[in-house]
Amino acid sequence: MNEDLEFIGKPFPKIDARMRVTGTAVYGNDIILPNMLYGAILRTAYPSALIESIDISAASKFPGVVSVITADDVDVNNISYKRDHPILKKGEVNCIRDEIAAVAAESIEIARHALTLIKVRYKVRQGIYDPYEALKDNAPLINKYAENKYNNKNLAEVFHYEHGDLTAQKNISKVIISRRFNLPRVTHTCLGTSNITAHFNKTDKKLLLYSSTQVPFLYQRDIAHALKMNPSDIRIIQPVIGGGFGSKLDMYPFEPICALLSIKTGRPVQILYSREEEFIASPTRQPMIIDITTGADKSGNFTFREINIMKDNGAYTSWGATTPFVMMQAFSSLYKVGACSFDSKAVYTNNVFAGSFRGYGNPQATFALERMIDLMADKLGIDKADIRVKNANQKGEITGQGLHYDTCGHRECLETVISKSEYKKIQSLNKKGRYRHGIGFASMLHVGGGAKIYRSDGCGTTIKIDPYGFCIIITGSSEIGQGSETVLAMIAAEELGIELSRIKVINSDTDVKPWDVGVHASRTSFVAGNSLLGAIAILKEKLNKKAAFILNTDFSDLQYKKGKINSIKEGKSIDLDKVVREMHFSPPGELAIASYFYEPDSHFQDKEFKGNVSGSYAFAAQAIKVEVDTYTGNIKVIDVYVAQDVGKVLNPLLLAGQIEGGILQGVGYAISEELLFEKGRLLNPDFHNYKILTASDIPDIHFFPVETNDKRGPYGAKGVGEAPLIPTAAAIANAVCDALNLEFVELPLTPERVMIALRENISI
Amino acid sequence: MMKGNRNRKEKQLVRISFSLNGQKVEAEIKSSTILLDLIRDVFSLKGTKGACREGECGSCTVLLNDVPVNSCLFPAINANGKNITTIEGLTKSDGSLDEVQEAIVQNGASQCGFCTSGVALAIKGLKYHYKKLNNSKKINAVLTPNRKDIKKWLEGNLCRCTGYVKIIDAAEKALINE
Ligand code: FES
Ligand code: FES
Repeated sequence: MNEDLEFIGKPFPKIDARMRVTGTAVYGNDIILPNMLYGAILRTAYPSALIESIDISAASKFPGVVSVITADDVDVNNISYKRDHPILKKGEVNCIRDEIAAVAAESIEIARHALTLIKVRYKVRQGIYDPYEALKDNAPLINKYAENKYNNKNLAEVFHYEHGDLTAQKNISKVIISRRFNLPRVTHTCLGTSNITAHFNKTDKKLLLYSSTQVPFLYQRDIAHALKMNPSDIRIIQPVIGGGFGSKLDMYPFEPICALLSIKTGRPVQILYSREEEFIASPTRQPMIIDITTGADKSGNFTFREINIMKDNGAYTSWGATTPFVMMQAFSSLYKVGACSFDSKAVYTNNVFAGSFRGYGNPQATFALERMIDLMADKLGIDKADIRVKNANQKGEITGQGLHYDTCGHRECLETVISKSEYKKIQSLNKKGRYRHGIGFASMLHVGGGAKIYRSDGCGTTIKIDPYGFCIIITGSSEIGQGSETVLAMIAAEELGIELSRIKVINSDTDVKPWDVGVHASRTSFVAGNSLLGAIAILKEKLNKKAAFILNTDFSDLQYKKGKINSIKEGKSIDLDKVVREMHFSPPGELAIASYFYEPDSHFQDKEFKGNVSGSYAFAAQAIKVEVDTYTGNIKVIDVYVAQDVGKVLNPLLLAGQIEGGILQGVGYAISEELLFEKGRLLNPDFHNYKILTASDIPDIHFFPVETNDKRGPYGAKGVGEAPLIPTAAAIANAVCDALNLEFVELPLTPERVMIALRENISI
Repeated sequence: MMKGNRNRKEKQLVRISFSLNGQKVEAEIKSSTILLDLIRDVFSLKGTKGACREGECGSCTVLLNDVPVNSCLFPAINANGKNITTIEGLTKSDGSLDEVQEAIVQNGASQCGFCTSGVALAIKGLKYHYKKLNNSKKINAVLTPNRKDIKKWLEGNLCRCTGYVKIIDAAEKALINE
């Protein structure tokens, strides 16, 4: 069906690249509105304390200060999906991010200075920073909204899942291994720091927000709830975003605070984080402790997995608390496994709260799972590549959780990286001397066709063609740098025969664009792409009618190419813009416009978390080679072989960009990134001490797309965005363990950790 | 007393003049003014970013007499009499792209784009650097940086989106274009 595609599958640069490379893209960080004020937030000095008093008198009087607000000045609802997060804290603070007061002033300097004039009297408390401590019987309740839920324990969210007969599977197991893994807190470090500009119009009582949210319609609803407003009185405009990676899935207190300052002053207000504030107050990946027991029978078939996860929720709940949705998938359905039992707890502590981050729990789950596979293979004396291939998922499989693998490239991905890395030929890697070499494997499974976790997983599109032959796509989906605009434009170009420079994508205004859930779950190309194809089909019916009439032929004879509609039979053609003009201007008159709403035919999971939650599933495998310097503990990631089931390559250039960027984030997770906390305080809030990787650190990435052509995806494509970083840390850890013949149960594998392990020659 | 002194000194304005993207400009600044703020806030050129403001990320890179500097740490007063090029000045006056920008576009080296201005100017600076080396009489062979040199040169430019591969590809293409 895809034989002669003119646009799809070709390496077109991003259609919005020119504005980004000339400095003309206006990011939220660049916005200036007339009469705009600058907001700043006073955060607590202690991670856990009672607030005895707040004195804002000196700050309010300082010249240039227009408004100072505390919890006493506002009438608002809590935020977060559990509604357990007060926007401004009253009476107590529970983590180092906590917002106590906010200032709007004529300049950012004045606003920041005014913060220093606010006097807060605290009664400092000990605080609880360890989730196991927080669950003890005598532990005080950290978040009072947890009262009367879960027996008055510090529990935010609990999940249980199981399939298969655990006891029977244990009985047939030849090996059974248990481990505890400890995964760190890392953060997105988007280069563009968090920002918002709010403009409340006092006369018509409408609120305009320039926000970086990646879920504008959910955000509109949430902020309306927080501010006790009507959602339709709030318009969200999404300026260009300086990186997302999941960090803009939740709404955070600074956003309604900025709106409140604007409501109070009737002037536009902007809040822009400094890098330090970004480190302290923007979300993190879920840190967790994973207890896992796995088994395999004597021929290496996986038998069961038993998992118990302790997640440090921090003081409030974010979407990140629902990462077990994704982790359950990995544990229950990545490789075939007879039985699985999964439990997780998200526990309130006085640490900062974690949000969602590309991969959404999957890097953690995959790390534990893939480490265990190596351990089992070792014990059974089975080759670590062979055991993976043997247990790989297959097309047609329905997993214990009820996921339907209508297409499945898992095995092909594994076989590709095994052969491309020449693993079978390089059995004798250097395991002696200063520099030791190792190779590690890991796979991953992730949703590839959206995820039905809200009432709708749909996306709307309106498409129109103007009388000059230009096409405008108004899509519910959002662009956060991932290239969705370009992919949509390519689809329209392909179907309508319009060149890319004549296609515009409108996607940043809730007053204009149709409903969409938002950017998450690697869903945009799949869901927005299908939605667009639906709209195009309707539009083409209209165009066909007119063109067939003019060309005196029938629909099936029409072909859209290079701005023309051709009749093959008649050997005639007509310009597309002419057809549109004929539609518009000759009676009865009709617009060249069409709308379509696409809802994937996936299902909600039942109460047991079973069901076919996505329209498609993506698979990948990575083989990674490392060199470890045993004198310094430095790990050099040399080669990454990655094969990924992408369904169909829509744009190889953008696809490679997603793969490479994701992998490097995964390498950082494996070897260098960690937010260090001491009693709830962040010790490394800057790029000097929180190491993201640089151009010098990159491995050679060898990418092999696997095309399984999923009939549900646009042109056969599946979601790709999150997958590349998911198996990376697992494969690196496996490679390092292989190189040193040691075991690691913690990330990141810093030189220090490596040296300690070497010195003690025991597992850490 | 100390504070008073400092305030008075802070208030004292200094007049500087320099060339900004090929145009002679003047500004009255405090001695403490940072070049990045002068560019963004006074001259309203928002293409230069300030992602960390502590010399760690390179998003604020501009060219000072063809040499890349972190404008977030650079005292504006030291720009007096110099040539400053920002991303807006890299773009040609008719709006067409410099070869470095074109290479970034064609090689997919910009995703969210927040690092891109800094990256583009750093690459441009590398070009100038090699031009200078090759023009200096001491060397007869033509030097061009290899991939490793490019990586080393770009170490100060953080990018969270691309994984750098495409950025290095773009730099290679732009440099070969000589
Ligand atoms: S803003 Fe100047 S180096 Fe980061
Ligand atoms: S493209 Fe986003 S930081 Fe480089």
